[in-house]
Amino acid sequence: MSRIAKRFSDLASKNRKALITYIVAGDPSLDMTNTLMHEMVTSGADLLELGVPFSDPMAEGPIIQAAHERALSNSVALTQIFEVVSSFRRKDKDTPVVLMGYANPIERMGYEKFARAASDAGVDAVLTVDLPIEEIAFSSRIFAEFGLESILLVAPTSSEERIHRIVSKAEGFIYSVALTGVTGDKNLDFNQVKSQVMSIRRLSNLPVVVGFGIKDADTAKVISSVSDGVVVGSAIVDCLAKQLLAPSIAIDNVRSLVSAIRDGMDGIAFDLQVD
Amino acid sequence: MNTDVRASAFSSMPDEDGKFGVFGGRFVSETLVSALSDLEEFYKKFSSEEKFMEQLDEDLVNYVGRPTPLYEANRWSDQIGGARIFFKREDLNHTGAHKINNAVGQALLAKHMGKTRVIAETGAGQHGVATATIAARLGLECQIFMGEKDIKRQELNVYRMKLLGAEVVSVRSGSRTLKDAMNEAMRDWITRVNDTFYVIGTVAGPHPYPMLVRDFQSVIGREARIQILDKIGRLPDALVACVGGGSNAIGLFYPFLDDAGVSMFGVEAGGKGLETGQHAAPLNSGVPGILHGNRTYLMQTNDGQIMDTHSVSAGLDYPGVGPEHAWLKDIGRVEYVVSSDEEAMAAFQNVTRIEGIMPALETAHALAYTEKLATDLDSEQHIIVNFSGRGDKDIQTVAQLEGIEV
Repeated sequence: MSRIAKRFSDLASKNRKALITYIVAGDPSLDMTNTLMHEMVTSGADLLELGVPFSDPMAEGPIIQAAHERALSNSVALTQIFEVVSSFRRKDKDTPVVLMGYANPIERMGYEKFARAASDAGVDAVLTVDLPIEEIAFSSRIFAEFGLESILLVAPTSSEERIHRIVSKAEGFIYSVALTGVTGDKNLDFNQVKSQVMSIRRLSNLPVVVGFGIKDADTAKVISSVSDGVVVGSAIVDCLAKQLLAPSIAIDNVRSLVSAIRDGMDGIAFDLQVD
Repeated sequence: MNTDVRASAFSSMPDEDGKFGVFGGRFVSETLVSALSDLEEFYKKFSSEEKFMEQLDEDLVNYVGRPTPLYEANRWSDQIGGARIFFKREDLNHTGAHKINNAVGQALLAKHMGKTRVIAETGAGQHGVATATIAARLGLECQIFMGEKDIKRQELNVYRMKLLGAEVVSVRSGSRTLKDAMNEAMRDWITRVNDTFYVIGTVAGPHPYPMLVRDFQSVIGREARIQILDKIGRLPDALVACVGGGSNAIGLFYPFLDDAGVSMFGVEAGGKGLETGQHAAPLNSGVPGILHGNRTYLMQTNDGQIMDTHSVSAGLDYPGVGPEHAWLKDIGRVEYVVSSDEEAMAAFQNVTRIEGIMPALETAHALAYTEKLATDLDSEQHIIVNFSGRGDKDIQTVAQLEGIEV
C-alpha cells in the first residue's frame, strides 16, 4: 500500500478528514521549509504539498506567485528540494509528500532523472498543473516505474465526460479545484463544490480533496464535511509573506493557523487569532 | 508525384492533438481545457461557414484596408546590387501592423461565441492597440494586460488603448514584460472563462491558438503569392520575416510551405549578440521546453526557469516562439537566423532614407538580414520581405539611442 493510500485509510478508520498543507519549497528559505514541514505535521497536517518554484506559475494567484519569486531569488532548484525531502524523511516516515509544480523544470531535468531522484528522496506523488490528461501519459508511466503517483485535477469547468476520463487515470487522491480561478481566489461556492465532489465520487473510489480558496477553519470545516480533505495553501504562504523579517513569528503563525484549521475540521471549538 | 505527397505535409499541421511534431499541444491547467476545446469546435464550425468567412473578408477589405500592396523596393535593391526586393506592406494596415489581421478574426469569433469581454496580452502595445480597436468597433468590453516595464517604454500605445476605451492592466509579477503579461491574461481567463474571450496575439499559446492565429495571418502569404505571380510570373526565390512569437512570419510563409523552390528565413532578435546572452533568439540558442501552454524552443536556465530576454524591439522581446516555427526549424524547411540590435538600427535608418518608408524596429530585423541575403543573389532572383509594421511607434526609442530628445 502506498504511503498516501495508507494515510487516507488510517484517517478514514479514525473518521478524520485529511488536512493537506502547501508551501513553496525555499520560501523564504530552504531551512524554513525544513522546519515548517515538521511543524505543520505536529500542528495537524496529514499530507504535505511542496510547491516547486517556477518563473511562470500560470495557475497561481498573487500570494503564491510571490512565494515562487522569493524561492527563485534564493536560486532554489529541484536538486535542493530533493535534499529537503530526504532530510524530512529521515525523521518522518509516514507523512506523504506531494510535489506540485509546472512541467518545464521537470522536462528540463528529464522525466526519468527527476522520477528517480524524487523517489529516492521519499517523494510520494507529483501534481503537474500544466499536464492535463491529454499530456500526462508519458510522465505518469515513467513516474509509476519509480513508485511515484500522479495526482490529477478536476475543475468546475470539467464536463462529466472529462471527469470520467480523469478519474480513470487518477492515482493517490483526486484534487478537486473548488473554484473557476487561480489559487487563493475568494469566490468559493459551497453547493458547487459539493456537487462536484459528488460527481467525482460517483465515478471513483479514490479519496477526493478540495483545494483553491480554502483559507481558514470555517471554510475547511464546511468543505471537509463533503469531501475527504482540504488543501490549504495561500493562507499559509501569506503567514510567511507577512513576517519575512521575523521567521520565528512566521512559524508561530503557521502553527496557530494549521492547528485552528485542524480543530475546526475535527469539530473542536476554536478561537482563531493570526496576525 | 512522390515529392508532392511529401511536400504537402508541410501545410497539413497541426495534428489532432494540436501538435507540430513534438511541439505545440495543450499544456494548461484543467480549468482551461474545456474552454480551449470549445474554442476549437467553434473555430472549426465558423471557419467552414461561408457567412462567417464573408464577414471576415468584408472586415479585412473595408476596415483593415486589405489587400496590402506588394511594393518593389527599387532604390534599395539597386543600392544592394543583388536580388530584387519586394515589401509586403503590412505597415499600411489599419493600426499600422499585421496584428490587426488576427485581432479582427478572433474578435469576430468572440462575438459569434456570445462572449461580451475580450482580453489580450501585449508587449510593444501593437497587439493591444489592435485588440482595443476591434473591441471598440464591436462594442466589446476590453482589458489589456501589459508588463509594468513595457507600460513605461510604450506610453503612447498605452494612451492609444485608453482612448479606444480599453482598460490597461499593469502586470507587476516576474520580469514585468510580455511573458508575464501573458501569464496574467491566462490567469484572468481562468477566472472569467465563461464570459471572456482571450485574444492571443501570436502563434504561441495552447492549441488551437497557434493554428488559429496562423490561419488568420495567412492572408498575408495568400495575397503575396498572387501578387508576385502577377508581377514576375513566378514564385519568389526567398521569403524573409522577423520572428518574435512568429505570427507575421508564419502568415507569410504558410501559403508557400509546399513550394519547394521558395527558401524561407525567419529572423530572430540577436540583441547585443548571441554570445552575450542578451538577446531573444530561442530558435538559435534555446532548448525545447513548456511555456504558455505549448512545447517549443525556449530561452531557459539549466533548471528550467524562463530567462529574461533583450531586444531593442519590444515586439521581439519574448523567450519563446510559436511551436510551428520550432517544428519548421527541426525539419529544416525554414532557416532561422539573427539580426543584432545594431544591424536592425542600421537597416531602419537606411530603408527610411532610401525608400521613404519607416519600418518598425521588428521589421528592421528582417530588413537587415534581407540586405545580406540579397547581396549573395543576383538580379534575376526575387525576395519578399514581410514589412510587418510601421516605425512611428519606435521614434522615441530610436531618438533615445541616438541621444536626441523628442
